[in-house]
Amino acid sequence: MTPTPAPQNGSKTPAIELDRGPAPSATVLVRGARLLDPRTGLDGKADLLVRDGRIAEIGDGLEAPEGAELIEAHGLHALPAFVDPHVHLRTPGREDEEDIDSGTRAAAAGGFCAILAQPNTEPAVDSAPVLRSLRERARAEARIPTGFLAAITVGRRGEQLTEMAELAAVGAVGFTDDGSPVESAGVMRQALQYQRLAGLPLALHEEDPSLSGAGVMHEGPMSALLGLTGIPSVSESTMVARDCALAAYEEGRIHVQHLSARESIEVIARAKAAGTRVTCEATPHHLLLTDEAVRSLDTNTKMNPPLRAEADRRALIEGLRSGAIDCVATDHAPHAREEKEEPFELAPMGVTGLETAFAALFTGLVLPGVIDLELLVTRMTAGGEPFGIAAPALAPGRAANLCLVDLDADWDVGEAGYESRSANCAFDGRRLTGRVRMTIADGAVAYRERSFALGAVA
Amino acid sequence: MHRHLLSVDDLSREDIERILGRAERLAEVSGREIKKVPTLRGRTVINLFYEASTRTSSSFELAAKRLSADLVSVKSSGSAVDKGESLKDTVQTLSAYDPAAIVIRSPQAGAAALVARWTRASVINAGDGKHEHPTQALLDLYTLKRRAGSLEGLKLWIVGDVLHSRVARSNILAFTRMGCEVTVCGPPTLIPRGIEALGCRVRYTLGELGDADAVYALRMQRERMTGSFVPSLREYAAQYQIDGRRLGPGQLLMHPGPVNRGVELAAEVIDSPQALITEQVESGVVVRMAVLYELLAGGGAPSAVRAPAETGEPQPA
Repeated sequence: MTPTPAPQNGSKTPAIELDRGPAPSATVLVRGARLLDPRTGLDGKADLLVRDGRIAEIGDGLEAPEGAELIEAHGLHALPAFVDPHVHLRTPGREDEEDIDSGTRAAAAGGFCAILAQPNTEPAVDSAPVLRSLRERARAEARIPTGFLAAITVGRRGEQLTEMAELAAVGAVGFTDDGSPVESAGVMRQALQYQRLAGLPLALHEEDPSLSGAGVMHEGPMSALLGLTGIPSVSESTMVARDCALAAYEEGRIHVQHLSARESIEVIARAKAAGTRVTCEATPHHLLLTDEAVRSLDTNTKMNPPLRAEADRRALIEGLRSGAIDCVATDHAPHAREEKEEPFELAPMGVTGLETAFAALFTGLVLPGVIDLELLVTRMTAGGEPFGIAAPALAPGRAANLCLVDLDADWDVGEAGYESRSANCAFDGRRLTGRVRMTIADGAVAYRERSFALGAVA
Repeated sequence: MHRHLLSVDDLSREDIERILGRAERLAEVSGREIKKVPTLRGRTVINLFYEASTRTSSSFELAAKRLSADLVSVKSSGSAVDKGESLKDTVQTLSAYDPAAIVIRSPQAGAAALVARWTRASVINAGDGKHEHPTQALLDLYTLKRRAGSLEGLKLWIVGDVLHSRVARSNILAFTRMGCEVTVCGPPTLIPRGIEALGCRVRYTLGELGDADAVYALRMQRERMTGSFVPSLREYAAQYQIDGRRLGPGQLLMHPGPVNRGVELAAEVIDSPQALITEQVESGVVVRMAVLYELLAGGGAPSAVRAPAETGEPQPA
């Protein structure tokens, strides 16, 4: 993917490199799709020619060059493919839950052309050898370009900084202790200071453990009813406020992960207005579900941060509109079936979401008219920008990163199984509208729905 | 009525009245020299207890035996549960014995509802974490109704550690459903945020305790002291202990047991005629008989001809 120069803390600007397995460059003529790209202003029916992995031409009545695959896409939308800055590939350590192959296949099936993997693995990605070996595996197995974040602190224990300069040189795309907060303000400040040398954004899981404690769901009337220990909204928002203040003081750059609470968005909007370099993401489940869904005690409604109240959900949607929230991230977190088949309090936190993100948001927000399709596409393609990775665009000369979606197709989540090795999807069993038929990632066909007929090869 | 008893929320007012009425008729059996009826002869009840319990497990055992059911009691220690077997596997194993009912006590909220997904048996929640304890609520309703005559319009104060209490949650739902006005009172650190949504008032002092017709004191668990929920037992007792000065002469007193004498209750009120604590224990057996009867033999179906196979497929809770 094309790196763009992004403002850096300090002078160093390491080139962003994502890894993927070997894949032939595609030469494809997409005929008759409605092309939509809010960034280029493209919106209309036209043909799109991909030649040797690059978008060669957009126009009417294009002829397929010799050897090109012809895709009759009448009735489909062609969108720039999505970028997910927050995926758990569970590798190394829990390959029974997900591996690089299955996770990137799930991403491609969801219309993603690039993902960033989180380092909370076993062992954590906190040293150059672990990162190197992961990148090597990704260059063999990944179906789409994949980037790896490294840990901020050794073992994600929040005590000692990792060798960030070396990790940056080996190709980390950013740093995060995701799954855990950097609890100590002092360590957080040192990480921001050290950013002047290492030069990559810090992605932050914001949670004050002294407030979240042993909580398992949002604190409110529903947790009172269910007798479950609550996680108050302020456990997130107070940490967001702390880290925005530290980032401003050290002139650092932070990316706040999986925002869930109204108060956090208010803090970020104020910080952005004051010129602090902070970006943030929100997940489809926080944008679509509330703690009401926990009433069933379905363990696929358990994640961290938890599903919050309707006022929080509305504030997140408003943040998408206003730009306070920069991008959508899935926080795709696979868990083994036997672990999720435990009582709610014992089950691990996390849900999968790569394969449902677009359809769930299209069904839940675009179809009812809450937001328009352009805004959804803008926010779903922006996930790389906080890390200096340009959003894909449908424009001649650019690498082909696009997905073909059928916005009229209804499907039942999980009915035909998942590409992911895990099935703990927050939307499992729901009927959604909008189906990804095909994904081209960095110039190669990464996913094609089995039933999506191939056109004749010209 | 549902096939299971997982939450007080599953019970309509009519359901509750039917169970209480059944308990009154069954109380007659408990007065006989031979305290048995043949209602559940040939059917199996499994008690699956993942937490220590004296009164709940023993009263369920007696209730099943007095209805002539075959009874199996499984405690977590010394069983396969101890060897790391998952709840699902344990339930599926026990279900192979084709029980009519599984009574489950678990330290986790929602455990009973999960069990109901995995078995054809009727599932009775005997306490799931801090969530609910519906048979306790039913026996409390039964006990108070016997003494007070009617529950309609009664003012009940539930005092103590509401945050960690499944008894409090089930009782708020049950007593409000039967037309009582429920107030919860305790240290602000032990009143869950948003509890008003269950239909109760919240007070942080006993100042208006005189309004109550009945006072329900909750057990103050000593282990909660370590979490700095209250500064000391001494301060807790000074603020919230029900004693002879605070309990008015016309007020009734209840407690789910076991009592911490000198903490939530002073000795003089425990032994007073206003206290219904022993009656609550007595009611435990007949009310649990009534629950087993209504779930397994009630609903108008003659118990003798209703085979287990006809009880239907497992349904999602």
